[in-house]
Amino acid sequence: MSIRVDYRASLRLVGTVLKLLSVPLLLPVVVALAYGETLAPFLPTIAVTFLLGTSLERLTDDPDIRAREGFLMVATTWLAVALVGTLPYLIEAHGIPLLIEPIHPGSTLGNPANALFEAMSGFTTTGATVLGSINVTDHTRGVMIWRQLTQWLGGMGIVVLAVAILPELSVGGAQLMDAEAPGPGIEKLTPKIAETARVLWGAYFMITVVEILLLYGLDLAGMAGPNMDAYNAVAHGLTTMPTGGFSPQARSIEAFSAAVQWVIIPFMVIAGTNFALVWQAVAGSPRHVFEDTEFRGYLGAMAVLTAIITGLLFTGGFTSGVPAGATFDAAYLQEYARTLSDSLEPSLRHALFQAVSIVTTTGYASMDFDVWGAPAQYALLFAMFVGGSAGSTGGSVKVIRWIVVAKVIRRELFTSAHPEAVRPVRLGGNTLDDRAIRGILSFTLFYISIFFLASFVLFLDTTRAGVDFTVLEVISGAASTLGNVGPAFYRLGPMGSYLQFPDSSKLFMVGLMWAGRLEILPLLVCLTPEYWRK
Amino acid sequence: MRVIIVGAGQVGESIAADLSGAHDVVIVEQDPDRVEELNYSLDVLAVEGDGTNVSVLDDVDVADADMVIASTDDDETNIVICSTVKAVSDAFTIARVKNTEYLRTWRRSTTAFGIDFMVCTYLEAAESIVRVVGLPAARDADLFADGRVEMAEFDVGPGSPIAGQTVAAADTYDSLTFAALVRDEEMLIPTGSTQIQASDRLVVIGTPRSVRSFAGDVAPEDDALSGDVVIIGGSEIGYHVARMLSDRGISARLIERDPDRARWLAEKLPDTMVMETDATDIEFLEREHVGDAEVVVAALDSDEKNLLASLLAERVGAERSVAVIDQADYVELFEAVGIDVGVNPREVVAEEITRFTRDGGAENVALIENGRAEVLEIEIAADSPLVGEPIRESVQSLSVDVVIGAITRGGEYVVPRGETVIESGDHVVLFVEAEHADEVSSRL
Repeated sequence: MSIRVDYRASLRLVGTVLKLLSVPLLLPVVVALAYGETLAPFLPTIAVTFLLGTSLERLTDDPDIRAREGFLMVATTWLAVALVGTLPYLIEAHGIPLLIEPIHPGSTLGNPANALFEAMSGFTTTGATVLGSINVTDHTRGVMIWRQLTQWLGGMGIVVLAVAILPELSVGGAQLMDAEAPGPGIEKLTPKIAETARVLWGAYFMITVVEILLLYGLDLAGMAGPNMDAYNAVAHGLTTMPTGGFSPQARSIEAFSAAVQWVIIPFMVIAGTNFALVWQAVAGSPRHVFEDTEFRGYLGAMAVLTAIITGLLFTGGFTSGVPAGATFDAAYLQEYARTLSDSLEPSLRHALFQAVSIVTTTGYASMDFDVWGAPAQYALLFAMFVGGSAGSTGGSVKVIRWIVVAKVIRRELFTSAHPEAVRPVRLGGNTLDDRAIRGILSFTLFYISIFFLASFVLFLDTTRAGVDFTVLEVISGAASTLGNVGPAFYRLGPMGSYLQFPDSSKLFMVGLMWAGRLEILPLLVCLTPEYWRK
Repeated sequence: MRVIIVGAGQVGESIAADLSGAHDVVIVEQDPDRVEELNYSLDVLAVEGDGTNVSVLDDVDVADADMVIASTDDDETNIVICSTVKAVSDAFTIARVKNTEYLRTWRRSTTAFGIDFMVCTYLEAAESIVRVVGLPAARDADLFADGRVEMAEFDVGPGSPIAGQTVAAADTYDSLTFAALVRDEEMLIPTGSTQIQASDRLVVIGTPRSVRSFAGDVAPEDDALSGDVVIIGGSEIGYHVARMLSDRGISARLIERDPDRARWLAEKLPDTMVMETDATDIEFLEREHVGDAEVVVAALDSDEKNLLASLLAERVGAERSVAVIDQADYVELFEAVGIDVGVNPREVVAEEITRFTRDGGAENVALIENGRAEVLEIEIAADSPLVGEPIRESVQSLSVDVVIGAITRGGEYVVPRGETVIESGDHVVLFVEAEHADEVSSRL
């Protein structure tokens, strides 16, 4: 079999991205310096990624990126950065023999499978964690900010960032961004693709900065609760815009005041919006944004979920007892039931926060939604399949695809009664051609199939390993990792972790997160024999 | 006036015949047999030659011509003729085109291509069909401002619910103006307190949608329109008819046989239900209840098919049929066989050009009551007396009775009220008595 894919070209570009990765690694270095911590987890990582990158760059002088090389490059990049991303975690737990003493030998991330899970969960902006204890005493502040930063880098897309910076990607760049960007197809905002990538990253950066300033402003005003400080403002700024969900606080956003929760909600909403629209709102006319079909569907989905959950919470729709694996006790449950039945605001706030967090696939939590009753939890499980908008940092299926699916169903019903009728599917003022519709239908079907298949594999593996998970835990875990959401239910809940899964399951979920971030096809296509042949 | 007509097909000949009585008409035509025939049959000078050729144009003294009409069967040829004429003469140029894209370009800048007036065959034909289909109760109807404004004339009639009401009570429409009332041969400009009588005739100006819904209210209940229109054939004419009907709030059904064309039509016409099938399939016509249609419009690409389709539709029960008939000679025959209205696109265009030539410069004119009054569309210049003041005051200062029926600004309809201020560049559709028409159009 002769290989027809120029894998050298792909790997060479992966090398360039790895080399670039040494720049953001300077942020945890700065943080470590500021808090007087050791630089040990980072300096070797910088050296490794730089050297590895440089040597991969030597593979070829003239990389020629076409569609096939694009898929391979994007898929490999995400694995490569995740692998490099494990190094700070591993060094923190184990040190380096003869050179560096272990810093926190008890860290659960000392297990390579856990470290890879955490790194992939970070870069893919999933936010599912296997940390045993989430705080800045059992881990260094540097390592914890690196964990936040992986999400920020993964959010707008590492490859998009590379396209923005590297002149040699000006031609193949659109191909690469298409393979990486969430949603069907990319929108060129400007004639030059590098310019588009820069606009996207520029807007992303600016909004992140605004959020950090707002959070820190609340802290200075004394309205953010005792846990907020400059460190936490930066840490949460870094994981909101990428719809990430990592937090250095064990209780996620519950650790902060209601004001902080209210401030974070609109940023999650923006993060789940198509960035082309965000750009239009800033640069052009905000009025047109509300005419966008997908944006309206996106807001509508969150509004309906919020209304339902608010009603359920306000009328006391909580679980009757403490379920197996829950991270709370009966007293906690009663306290919640009491505060939420007092006035509408907390019910509304928690319903809105959780609905927005799960629909956008961010994965923050303002309360432990394991205390909710089955109807409200089911609503959240459903929300995991909605996803943000196309061209946002959100994961899962995406609102636009569901809108198209709904329109196609309506068309089928209509043409059953009137077989001769010609009914193009319209989105806003445009019509979709049948090829695009087929692509969307097959993706959606594919996504659902993989979800069921993945749940089944996880059932088999956890049963084999003798870990006793409930059905809800396993299927929500599969949906959450595949959709890059983060938290699931009970042991996998917003205050829990994925630690109890056997290593084999964790590695499988690494694959799910990886595939979910790249919207399955670019990864899967590299695994087919036809891809490698002529 | 000295008029040169290039291209003596059916349109050219028909215009020449209409104008030859009052004007000096010269025809330029490539076909020598046709030239000889016209020299004998009409009182015109027919010359053999290619109208795009500047030396041919020089031979017919284009520099002294007042008007040149390019009416060959080819769009590009007509455009080149007008551009060529503009290069060597000051004559007013009129071109006939089929492609509506050219018309769209020309409307952007009315000096484009060196054409002073452009007439689109398909659009004119579609408009004339829509007039028949859209407002069957109207005695007369005309479109202005690219179809955004419509003027219509109705007989009130004894059964009408508005008979006996005052104008203020009957005018419940936002974008409709009661421009004039004809009573006992007398033309009145109505005020809010004017009482409408059963024998009156009303002239209204407004958006096509409001005019149509007014038409529904004027007519007695049992004559009300069902609004069910079926268009057979998605030709350019069929497409424009569907588009204009949907502007009037009528969602037609359009039947087209070709899958690609059907798809294109369905994309362009969101309010129209496009069906891809052969309209001569009786089983289909019955299953989709085409027989319930108020009007069936046949706009297929051949006269025979249109005849067949119309007759089939009437056979399954359709009330009225309108057919596009390319061959002028067939119109009468088809109407005798059972088609209610035959529309010949070339005849419609020839009429439009002739009417325009007669009426002179105003952008768009409709004559009412055999020319006793006119509805004019005027683009307002910066120095017009209407600019800058509320209509209530500026109209007073004109010393002539003028009713501002509608305003379009940048393509958007503006409701004229007493306090509305007209801006320069607005298109104003106004009603004026014929004797003052020239004065008004020159002063505004």
